[in-house]
Parts: sequence; C-alpha cells; structure tokens
Amino acid sequence: MERFFKSDFFYDFLRAPVAIISFCVVALLVLSAIFAQFIAPTNPFDPASLELMNGFTPPMEPNMFTGDVFLLGADDQGRDLFSAILYGLRISLFVGIMAVSLAMVMGVLLGLIAGYVGGWLDNLIMRLADIQMTFPSILIAMLIFGVARGLLPPELRYEMAITVLIISIGLSEWVPFARTVRGTTMVEKEKEYVAAAQLIGLKRWQIMIRHILPNVLGPVLVIATITFALAIIAEASLSFLGVGAPRTEPSLGTLIRVGQDFLFSGEWWILLFPALTLLALALAVNLLGDWLRDTLNPRLK
Amino acid sequence: MLVIIFRRLGQSILVLFIVALISFLIFRYVGNPVDNLMGQEATLAQRAALIEALGLNDPFYKQYFNFIWKALQFDFGNSYRGALPVSELIASRLPATIELAVTSAFFALVLGVIIGIYTAINRGGYIANLILSTSLIGVSLPTFLIGVLLIWLFAVELKWLPSFGRGDVVQLGWWSTGFLTISGIKSLVLPSITLGLYQLTLIMRLTRSEMLEVMRQDYVRFAKALGLSSKQVNFNHALPNTLVPVITIAGLQLGSIVAFAIITETVFQWPGVGLLFINAVYFVDIPVMSAYLLLVGVLFVIINLIVDLLYLAIDPRLRDSNSSE
Repeated sequence: MERFFKSDFFYDFLRAPVAIISFCVVALLVLSAIFAQFIAPTNPFDPASLELMNGFTPPMEPNMFTGDVFLLGADDQGRDLFSAILYGLRISLFVGIMAVSLAMVMGVLLGLIAGYVGGWLDNLIMRLADIQMTFPSILIAMLIFGVARGLLPPELRYEMAITVLIISIGLSEWVPFARTVRGTTMVEKEKEYVAAAQLIGLKRWQIMIRHILPNVLGPVLVIATITFALAIIAEASLSFLGVGAPRTEPSLGTLIRVGQDFLFSGEWWILLFPALTLLALALAVNLLGDWLRDTLNPRLK
Repeated sequence: MLVIIFRRLGQSILVLFIVALISFLIFRYVGNPVDNLMGQEATLAQRAALIEALGLNDPFYKQYFNFIWKALQFDFGNSYRGALPVSELIASRLPATIELAVTSAFFALVLGVIIGIYTAINRGGYIANLILSTSLIGVSLPTFLIGVLLIWLFAVELKWLPSFGRGDVVQLGWWSTGFLTISGIKSLVLPSITLGLYQLTLIMRLTRSEMLEVMRQDYVRFAKALGLSSKQVNFNHALPNTLVPVITIAGLQLGSIVAFAIITETVFQWPGVGLLFINAVYFVDIPVMSAYLLLVGVLFVIINLIVDLLYLAIDPRLRDSNSSE
C-alpha cells in the first residue's frame, strides 16, 4: 500500500485536478449505487410503498393530497425519483461492469492466443476482429440482443433481459482488447524470460497466463476504463430504445425513456434527473479514461 | 497496383459472404419459417409439404446459396408482422433514412471543418478553448439524450420545430422526399443535428489536429517567409493538405451515421429503416432483422472499399509498401 502512495502514478494523480474530481464523482456514484438500500428513502420497486396519489409530485414541493415531499420529485406512479435513480444506477453500473469484464476476459484470452500461438489461429481471430470492427458496436449489440430474444422462449424474455443485455454489449466490445493484447504479446514472447520459461518445460498456457499476462495488463486497464464508458452509454441507449432493461428492472436509460413520455405535459423532473446522473457518470469515466491513457503511456507525455 | 486492387476486392467479397452467412443463419435457424407461415391447426402432412416446398430439407450449402440468390433479387421473404414483403417495407422507408443521413453528414462535415479551422488558427484563444471543452461534453452525451434535450428545448418549450415525424412529403416516383415542403424541412432540423453532433465534434477535433500538424511543416513556414499573408498561407497552402484525411474519416463515419440513425429515428419517430429495424428487434421479426443486417453489411463493405481505394489513389507510399510485401 505504501508503495502505491509513493508511486509515480499516485504523484501524477495528485497533480491532475480533473482526474481527482472525476475519480470522486465515479466513487460517489458507485458507493451510492452499492448502498442504495440504506440511502434511498423508499424501495422504489416494492409496490406496497407506492402511493398513486403521489404521482407527478414536483421536486421539493409537498404533494397536494398526501403532503409527502420528494427530494427530486415523484414519477407517474408516485415512485420517489431519487430512490429510483439510485436503484437504476445500480443496474446501469452492474451491466456496465459485467459487460466490460466479459469483453475483457474474451478479448485478453483471444489476444494472448493469437499473439503467442500465431499461425492460422492468429489469422482466424484477427480476421474475425476485422470484420466485427467494420460494424459499429452498438449495432452488433442490438443484433445479438434481437437474436437472443428470438432464441429464448417468450416467457423467459423479460427474466433474462439483463443477462442478454450484458452478453450483447460484452460480445460487441472485445476487439480492442484482443488487438492490443496480441500486439504486446508478440513483443513480449521474444523476450528472455519467456525463452527461460520454455526451457524449463512449462506448458504453453502456463507461460501465457502466468508470465505474459501480467506484462500486458497496463494497456488493458486503459481500454477497460474507456470501454466501461462506452458500455454504460450502450446500455442506456439500448434501454432507452426499449430493447434493454425492462420497466420492472429499470436502468438509467429506462428511466429516461419513461421520462420522455411526460416531457410534453410539463413534468420535466422525471426526465432531467436520470439524464443528469447518466451524463455525470459517462463524462467522469471518460475523463478518467483519458487521464489514465495519457499517464500510463509515456510516449504521449 | 492492379494486384492490390484485386486482392482488396477479393477480401471485400469474402466479408460479404460471411455477412450473408450470418444473415442466413439468423433467417433460417433463429426464426422458424414453417410456424410463421402455417397456423397451429396445420396437419403434419401439410407441414412436411411446406418444408419440402421451401427447400428446408436441402443440404446446407444449397440453402445458403439459394438465400444469396434470392437476396440478389431483393427477395428476403415476408415480414412476420403484416406479412408484407421485406423488400417493399425497406424500399418504402429507405428515402427517409437516406435524406436524414445525408443532411446530417453534410451538416457535420461543413460545420466541423469550419470550427476546426477556427480553433486551429486561434489556438489558445478564449473562444477556441471554450469550444474545445464543450466538445468533450458533446462526446460523452449519448445520442438519444441529445435528441431528447433538443425536443425539450425547441419543440416543447419554444414550440419552433416539430418533435416527431417527417412532416409533409412529396412523392417523386417511388422516392418520397421531405426537402420540398416547409414542414418537411422543419422536421429535418432536429433529427439531423442530433445525428450529426457527434460526427461534428469528431471532424472538428480531427481538422484541428491535422491543421496544427500541417502548420508546423516546412513548406508552410517557407510560405510565411516568402511574405504571403497569413490568410493565403492558411487557406491556399495548409487547408488543402488538411482536408484529405478529414474527408476519408468523414467517409468512414457514414457507416456509423447509418447505425446511429436507429437511435435518432426512434427518438423522433422518423419513419426510416432504423425504426423498422428496432421494431423488428422488439417484436422478433426475423426476416426484417436478417435483411437489414445484409443491407448494412453491403453498405459498410462498399464504404470501406471506396475509402481504401481512395487512399491508394492519393498516397503513392501505400502502393509501394503493399506491393513489396
């Protein structure tokens, strides 16, 4: 731990106000999502806690029938918007983290294999990556989502929606990981420590996982951060389009979709607060990713 | 040179066959053509007859080539909803998407290049810095959120522009255009800004960095030393060399404009191909999904091919390095 506080990395961090602020915003949002059930005044998805009379209560104004006050107002069903955002944030972050993990594991493994084994496997994996890169990832995620819905029996479509969402976003983002890891692996495998490992008779997968993997993790971290921002936006977009998280398990995108319906009747808060939360999250993660890329890549300094 | 062109063409055709294969697999194995054509009461004999008639008992490769052959004649089967031919559905909605995509690409390119040049020439200036930091927010703002916020401001609060649809369209043969009526043009404004804003920030940043790069080159310095005015140096010498990479990137971005049109069309209920696709995903309308994939695949492969060939034509160094391979 002490080594971390004395590192160049931490030194740079303390001298980058943008990075500190972004980190604090991300940390605050993640913590409030984790502890949502302790912070949120109500459980927004427990039907017993909903009072229909509270529908459309503006922020910080007592409801004219019940006298209840909501920090950020209430939605059409009388649900406290602040609580809904906290729980929605939790789903958005969960989907984002799981999708990035899936993309990372898949991309790193395929990249390691392509770089270390080479030959026709390398060719196959990289051509596949080329083809996938031809298409924008959001389109691929939509397509995978649609196919998965087609394969699932109708009664499972809602239950499995979150899982399907994670898989479709994860599968659409593995290419950058694979490309970077492949490149670094090809450089690393020529080094002496790999030759030494081969000499003492270690198996291929042992060399790949135990010896090469730790040395390619730096760039992976940067890509993971940037991909995380992309995944959050992709999730919000899909949910907004109605092909992501269902209304029973709303993410920030679903909340914005619901809020848009009430824009014309003047209930602006149902849209605005989830939108601001999403914007803050995406912007902070993006800025953090930019800073990480500049710091971990000495060539750009 | 000719060898490279042919090799590149071969790669494109291979990619097309793979896209067609995925499209075929979705069409054939995710959807169930028989169930959708026949009611539940159909007897086993009737089903068997239909399976035989549709050629579903044929060997795999034969079905695959049959699918491609039909696709070449724009026959993608019937939509599960409404039972209209998919090709007719797509043809009726294609003009809306193309007009939207072209307008927003034009908007993004023109404005992006102008602002990019401005921020490069006035580097470090107050306004230039403001534009640059605002553009970072623009990159983080998801497309759908831009659309919703624009609707809120210009349609709900100010009531200047319509919030959905294409307005009145004029029918020119099979093509329906919104360019010829006032309500059509008004309807086009918000969706094009929504769709073009991300590309605009991208093109602006690219133009700026390319321009700064070029302004450091010797020939620009010599032009200045020659006593040319800074206007002449910037626009006659620096700008043309900046535009080559900018236009190629803008061309490549056409593909993602088509993809993001899905989101914009949903926000504005724009009756284009993207809205058709998202409804197909929602209602699991497999033939429409499969046809859309094939269409977009062909489009992307063609765009990439043109951009690559343009690079070859513009930059002689690429020709050499490739042929010595």
